[in-house]
Amino acid sequence: MFGQYFITILILCGIWAVLTLSLNILTGYAGQVSLGHAAFFGIGAYTSALLTTRYSWSFWPAFLASIIITGLVGGFLGLPSLRVRHDFLVLATMGINFVMVGIFKYVDFFGGAMGIINIPKPSLWGIVFRGEKFLLLVLVYLAFTLWLCYYLSRRWAGLALRAVKSDEDAAEVCGISVARFKIYAFIISGALAGGAGSLYAHFLGSIFPDHFAFAESIVILSMLVFGGIGTIRGALLGAFLLKALPEYLRVVGDYRYTLYGGILVLMMLFQPMGIIGDKSWLWEKINAWLGRR
Amino acid sequence: MSSFLQILASGLVLGCIYILLAIGLTMVYGILQILHIAHAAVYTIGAAVGLGVFNLTGNFWLSLPVAMVAGGITGVLIYLGVYRKILDAPRIVPLITSIGLFMVAQDLLQKKWLLGPYMHAFPAQVGLPALRTPYLNLTSNEVLILTLTFLLLLAVYLIMNRTKIGLGWRASAQDRDMAAALGVNINQVIALNFLIGSILAAAAGVLVGVYYNKVFATMGDVPSYKAFVIIVLGGLGNIPGTILAGFILALAETFLVATVGFVLPRDAIAFLVLILVLMFRPKGLLGGS
Repeated sequence: MFGQYFITILILCGIWAVLTLSLNILTGYAGQVSLGHAAFFGIGAYTSALLTTRYSWSFWPAFLASIIITGLVGGFLGLPSLRVRHDFLVLATMGINFVMVGIFKYVDFFGGAMGIINIPKPSLWGIVFRGEKFLLLVLVYLAFTLWLCYYLSRRWAGLALRAVKSDEDAAEVCGISVARFKIYAFIISGALAGGAGSLYAHFLGSIFPDHFAFAESIVILSMLVFGGIGTIRGALLGAFLLKALPEYLRVVGDYRYTLYGGILVLMMLFQPMGIIGDKSWLWEKINAWLGRR
Repeated sequence: MSSFLQILASGLVLGCIYILLAIGLTMVYGILQILHIAHAAVYTIGAAVGLGVFNLTGNFWLSLPVAMVAGGITGVLIYLGVYRKILDAPRIVPLITSIGLFMVAQDLLQKKWLLGPYMHAFPAQVGLPALRTPYLNLTSNEVLILTLTFLLLLAVYLIMNRTKIGLGWRASAQDRDMAAALGVNINQVIALNFLIGSILAAAAGVLVGVYYNKVFATMGDVPSYKAFVIIVLGGLGNIPGTILAGFILALAETFLVATVGFVLPRDAIAFLVLILVLMFRPKGLLGGS
């Protein structure tokens, strides 16, 4: 029905949508800005790739393992956030990204600069997941992520995360353990990104350290900022639009990082809430048009 | 003994470069509380302009000041064009803006009509004498870096402590609104702040280009990250602390690599230092309790 190219782009959009949504849990809900999200993505990808190629695990347990391991690493890396706030946390997350890429590049176990190749496609009962079937897998994972985000935003935990975001001291006074919820946010966010990494590794078949570099963290952040920090719809729109656009527009493709960076600057100057974030110009118009409010 | 001195010297040279880059960052943080990530772009632009002028004229002593001026102008333009409009926004706003600026600058520098994705040689002859003693050898480039850093730091010290605008800077760093109420021209002070910091960063870019004989578009990544570690270590906004921290990090790196070898990627040391400092002394080494 669809061309292969279109399906590939949808798969990539779906994976980046999960990444953006998971960053949204950390940054949008809990207010912890991370510049190292690609590190979680990379840890998930490498975990799954190593388990399947070196230890001949099949995709499914490797996928689960990469979610669990990345979640644990996320929780561990969240520890500095207990001591430091705002800007300093940003530096710590940025450093995590540099170190992670450094380790992938210079430690032979992780394949060095040559990366890991020949990562098998997932299969179940003789059916190999490629093309449309792989897209289906990605969409199922995206749906799960969406459900989790929605669930979190409706539950007490989501409320607690928002309280941590707006005022840590006040949240603590109200009996919310700021430390616990920050670590929760790091674990959930990391775990989701880890799963996305696993899917990415098995989709591409080969991964290299530079796929998960600092620049990719910025790309994910700019998708979130563009759509609207703190909203599920914004994260989805940002990821799909900004991932697909450079693929279709050649000019944009050549200057994609200029585009991503420019978006960050322009959005912050003119629409800090994002294109369709709460209280943004467009979202107010849409609401007015729908006759709500 | 001689090898100890030699390692010490190369650590100090590295420290000088870190410090030149970090001073601008700590000054911006001191007065605006912004993590000025785009500072790294100024460093790379400085190196690129220096290389461009050197390739045109073949004269290093012309390319250095031109690069410094270009870097200074870039820094001031970044402030006037962008940061000035969002000074009162929540802190995440200037931070994300700064990341965006850095991203744009680096992407454009990587295009073929600027630096391109290649390494460029910067084979400048500095013309300073090399230092040769039984215990210690310094190349003329190393002599250049040590002397120039000393002179630039001296200039910054004099501006900060002996001029009226330096007084305005120190007042603004303590309390911007109060300083403004007392008649300090805040806008001028901040613009000067960016000017000085960016001039130093551009100088660092040129010096690194000549020292390692290479200039490339992403050369700002790792040093700028280390500069952040240094300003945290030095206590944000604290210039003497930054100088001390710059030497400490550079010496730690140089000695660890020389004695232990490559256990960890060299750049990971800065990160471990950062995490330890953040966990145990969040206000920096010289910071108050």
